[in-house]
Parts: sequence; structure tokens; C-alpha cells
Amino acid sequence: MNKTIALTRDNDGRPMWRFLLQELKPKGKLFTPFNIISVPIILLGTALIVYRFIYGIGSITNLSQEVPWGLWIGFDVVTGVAFAGGAYVITFMVYVLNVKKYHSIVRVTVLNGFLAYLFYAGALLLDLGRPWNVINPIIGNSFGVSSVLFLVAWHFLLYMIAQLIEFSPAIAEWLGARRARKILSGMTLAAVIFGITLSMLHQSGLGALFLMAKEKIHPLWYSEFIPVLFLISSIFAGLSMVIFEGSISQRVFFDQINEHHRREHNDIVHSLARICTGAMFVYFFLQLVVLIHGKHWDLLGTRMGAWYLLEMIGFVLLPMLLFYYSYRSRKLLLVRIAAILTMLGVILNRLNVSVIGFRWDMDIHYVPSWQELVVTLTVLFTEIWIFRWVINRMPVLRESPAWARK
Amino acid sequence: MDINRRNFFKVMGATGATLALGSELQARPKKGADTEFYGVLYDSVRCIGCYNCEYECASAHGLPEPVIPAEDTQVRKPDETWRTVVNGYETSKGKVYVKQQCMHCNEPACAAACLTQAMYKTEEGPVIWRGNKCMGCRYCMVSCPFDSPKFEYFSANPKINKCTMCFEEKVKQGGIPACVEFCSGDALMFGPRRELIKEARRRIAEQPDVYYDHIYGEHEAGGTGWLYLSPVPFEELGLRTGIQRDSYPALTKGFLYSVPTVFIAVPALLLGIQQATSKNQTNPENEDE
Ligand code: SF4
Ligand code: SF4
Repeated sequence: MNKTIALTRDNDGRPMWRFLLQELKPKGKLFTPFNIISVPIILLGTALIVYRFIYGIGSITNLSQEVPWGLWIGFDVVTGVAFAGGAYVITFMVYVLNVKKYHSIVRVTVLNGFLAYLFYAGALLLDLGRPWNVINPIIGNSFGVSSVLFLVAWHFLLYMIAQLIEFSPAIAEWLGARRARKILSGMTLAAVIFGITLSMLHQSGLGALFLMAKEKIHPLWYSEFIPVLFLISSIFAGLSMVIFEGSISQRVFFDQINEHHRREHNDIVHSLARICTGAMFVYFFLQLVVLIHGKHWDLLGTRMGAWYLLEMIGFVLLPMLLFYYSYRSRKLLLVRIAAILTMLGVILNRLNVSVIGFRWDMDIHYVPSWQELVVTLTVLFTEIWIFRWVINRMPVLRESPAWARK
Repeated sequence: MDINRRNFFKVMGATGATLALGSELQARPKKGADTEFYGVLYDSVRCIGCYNCEYECASAHGLPEPVIPAEDTQVRKPDETWRTVVNGYETSKGKVYVKQQCMHCNEPACAAACLTQAMYKTEEGPVIWRGNKCMGCRYCMVSCPFDSPKFEYFSANPKINKCTMCFEEKVKQGGIPACVEFCSGDALMFGPRRELIKEARRRIAEQPDVYYDHIYGEHEAGGTGWLYLSPVPFEELGLRTGIQRDSYPALTKGFLYSVPTVFIAVPALLLGIQQATSKNQTNPENEDE
């Protein structure tokens, strides 16, 4: 088959541009509850972003000279990336350990991860005072090689490319590009291995970002082990996200998933719960070691100490036990509750390190402004819109076309 | 200290944590290893609280004139328009004035944090900010143990403002910082750091009942360019005393050093596992567990 024809015409022989145009149109009902809530917020958020670029970051945020990073970094970037950790764990199991069982959720997880990086790391741009200089560390006229942020930024970029390659066969299947699909599929393993390495480094790197803020972070959350703790927690953060997203997708995109995969899904969820239990056990144990090592017993009696105990017991130990119990008793509902608790715990932990525990000793605490919240929601909702758009078009949840399955 | 720092960059370059080391670092003319950082010795015993340094700093950098409150009861802080402030403190030895500005650390956390080298420790010692490189991420502010860099939150083209020891304006041309030049109480002294420490020691030794026996900045944060003398313990003057003695960039060195190793070891390991598991695969339908 001629390559140009393959690329400019879709499967029915129509010109490609007409196919793309058609695909851009929304599918499904317009007035769903999600649309009704998200559209006004996205519009408002966009206006706020424009306003911010005219009047400065301080015009819509509550950031100060003492607290230079707030919700946009602490939640969007630091927490968002932890939740995207599912992609490297799942690709590790499928492509490196060759556990074929998880194959049906690889694509959706990678897509989720890719979009998370695109949007949450993209949210970083909103927080940059001089974003036009962002090319400096990329084109290499100013390499700050001793900077953890330099490392993290580069890894974000490279990992996004790796994820795009991992996901690209789905795009090729959507466009009906057979030859491209073959080439791109051949690159998957390399992309996966590269991607896992990058993930390990920047998941921990996000924690290492805060190492120099030694006296500024509450001692219960600061330790030299932040990078390791961030890495391990990204495993169960990511997997909980996969469980959570899966339980929603199973309902929302019901028509896309065939009977076989639906039955398989419960099984997958239970084995993910098992991995979560293990990772959380290691994490909890390590936190305990850090606590003993730091000798901050006296601080446990303070208000921040109670907050710390809540995080550790209510949102690590409890969901860990729930996960454990759920896969023994095979209760799906329990897994979901555990996943949600775990996710809340990860949000708590990331915010405690980056925002709540940061300059906890100040008289006036940083509290995000409503505009910061709206912009955060805008980023989140836009991501979900794109996610839905892709799911409805490309073979992500549904089976690949017959020609690709051979 | 400066030697350590340079070695640090060298090692970083050699291990190639990411790609090649910025050509700039290598292209810089290396003065001998005996190059010494310049600094400023500030003696709060001599400071008379005339605020001259504040006015001169503002005019040297084209910043708005400082507003000095009639009653100096409330503590002012440097911000995005004031690079330095002087505050009066009621101490156990009566009223003492203290000047505040960036400390110009020997191994600055801000410069190690900066991913574009916009924050930059010059060979001469002053730590400067370069607007054409900075992307406004404020990681320098997160990392600086003294909270020195300040950000213009209400500007579409925000700058980071902090004391630069008048590097561009004076020191580069062989001059001395504006505040030092116009200090009416002889409280400020500019010179090579080593000599300043000697001078500070001499003052303490000569008048042990006047001076508190500590040079703030000699070891704080791995040593700073600005050195402080005081009649009273430094916490009475609002200076941060919880600062660690090691340099702050040292806190991330371990992590950064591990990066090249991970980059070599992990892919090799993963590939090995992949090979092993795919060979064992006879029936792809019912494996796992
Ligand atoms: S005091 Fe802060 S801003 Fe000044 S050199 Fe040290 S780390 Fe950098
Ligand atoms: S705000 Fe500018 S100077 Fe500070 S770390 Fe970021 S790029 Fe460097």
C-alpha cells in the first residue's frame, strides 16, 4: 500500500482532513452534569489566567515573599505528578515483568499519565513569573546542572515524549496508519524502560526539591528521606488513581468495554490492591523509621503533631488495612474506599510538605485564594475533557481494530 | 570554601548528570585557586542607625526612596523594592541597630536551586541575579535559608530583587558597594573575606566586654560573604540562629550524585528482567501470580 495514501485517507478512503474535522465535533449529550459544572469554571478560569498574565501572579494568588509556592505547585504539580505514577508502575508490570493480565488497562493508564503531565506540569507555566525564559534551560544556553528543579523539568519533558511514544500506537490505530503503528509499537519497550527510569528519578526529585528548605518545613515532614518517601508513595498514589479512574470509566464508558475486559477488571483491581498494600507497608514502615530517627516525639503532642498522626494513621495505615482486607475478602467496594482514602492521604502528604508545613511557624498562614482554586479546577476539568475526547475516539478502552490485533 | 564549590561543579560536569555541562562554566577564565571572595563586615556596635545605607542603596539601583517610620518599633523586612533595611532592637545592652540584606553565601542555596543560572555566584563573591536568564520559578526563594530573594508579585514582567553587593554598578569596576561607601558610622567594611574575619576577630579580642564572641556568617550556611558583629547574642537582633553550619547545596548533593548511577543501572536492570521474563513465557494466557 502506498504510504501517502495511507496517511492522507482514512479507512473508508475519505480525505484525512475531513475525518479529523469530523472527529473534532463533540460526541454524546451536551448537557451532562459534568459539562454544566465544568464549562463555566473553565471559562472563568481562562479569564483569570489572562488577568494574571496582565497584572502579575500576586493579583490573583495569596503568595507572599515568605511563601513563594502555593496551591499551583503544591497541588497541581507535586500532587498531580504523584497520581500520574500509575503509568510507570503498570508499564513496568506489563512490559518488563510480562504480566499480561494488566494489558487491558495499559493504554488508559498511560493516557492518563500523559495528560496529567501535560496539564499539571503545564500548570507550572502559569506559576512562572517570566515564562518566556523557560526555553533557557532547554536550549542549553544556561544549564543549572546543580539544580534539582533543572533535573525535574528535563525529566518531565523527556518522560512526556516517552509516554507519547508508548501511547502512539493507539493514535495510529485511530488514524488507520498501519505502517506507522508498526514502527511505533516497535519503540514501546525502549520508551517504557527509559520512562520508568525517568519516573523513578523525578518522582523522588519532586521530594528532593524541598531538601534545601530545611528549616522552613515542619520537622515532622522534613527529613533527608523525602525523595525516597515520595518515590514509594508515588507507587500507591498512582495505583489508587488507576483503581479510582477505572471504577469511573467502567461506568461512564460502559459501551466501550467488552464483556471479557469487564470481568477481567475486577481481578485487576484486586491484584492492584495487593500491590498497594505492599507499597504502603514499606512506606509506613519507612515513615516510622524516619520518625524514630528524627527524635521528634515531643512534637507529636502539638497541633501539627495531631495533624501528622491523622495523616499517618487515618490516611496511610487505615487504607492499607482496608486494601489488605479487601483482597482477602474480594470486596470491590472496600478497594474503592481504600483507594479514595489513599488518594486523600497522598494529597495531604504532598500539601503538608509543600504548603501546609512550609513556614508553619509564621503568624499569617498562606491560604489559597478562590482564584487559585478556580484555576486549579480549570486545569483539572480541561484535562478530563481531553481525556474523554480521546477515549471516545481512539481505541483506549475498547478493542483495537481487527487489523492491529493480528 | 570557594575551592570546594568549584570542585562541586567540576564533578557535576564530569558525571554529566544530564547532558554536557554549560559551556559557560568551563569557558570562564579560571583565576588561581587562591582567588578570594569579597565580602562585607557589618559591625552593629558601630552602627548608629542613620539609615544612610538604605537611601544610598535605593538611589544606586534606581529603587523608590525608603520610608523610615518615625517610631522604629515595628520590624521592617527587605522586600521587592527595598534591598536592605535597618531595624532598631531593644536588647539586653540597650538599643542596637541591625542592617539586613542578602548574605552572599559562599555556596549559595539560591544559585544551586536556580535551573537557569540566573542566580549566580561571581568569582569576586557577590551573588547576582540575571534577568535575561530567570524564568521566575521562585525556587531560589524556597531554598534561600535567609529568605533574601524577593519577587515582584504585581508585575507582568516580574524581577527578583535582592542585594547584589553593587556588583554591576561598582564592584566589577573595582569600586565598593554604595552602602559601604556612604556609611556614616564606619560600621561597614568591604574587603577579602579572609581579612574581614581577621579584622572581626581582632575587634572581639580587643574589646571582649563590648562584643558577643561570635562572627555571624563565618560558618552559618557554610560561610557567608556578609559577616556580622554584635554586642548581644544574635537572636536578640532577629537574625536566624537555626541556620545549619554546612552549606545548603550540600543537602541535595547526595540526590544529584545518585542520578547518573540510576541512569545506568536501572535501564540495564529492567532490560535484564524483561529478557528473563519473556523467555519464561510459554503460554501468555495464564501466567502471573
Ligand atoms: S542569602 Fe540567600 S539569596 Fe543571598 S546568597 Fe545566600 S542563598 Fe542566595
Ligand atoms: S526565580 Fe529566577 S533566579 Fe530564582 S531560581 Fe527561578 S529562574 Fe533562578
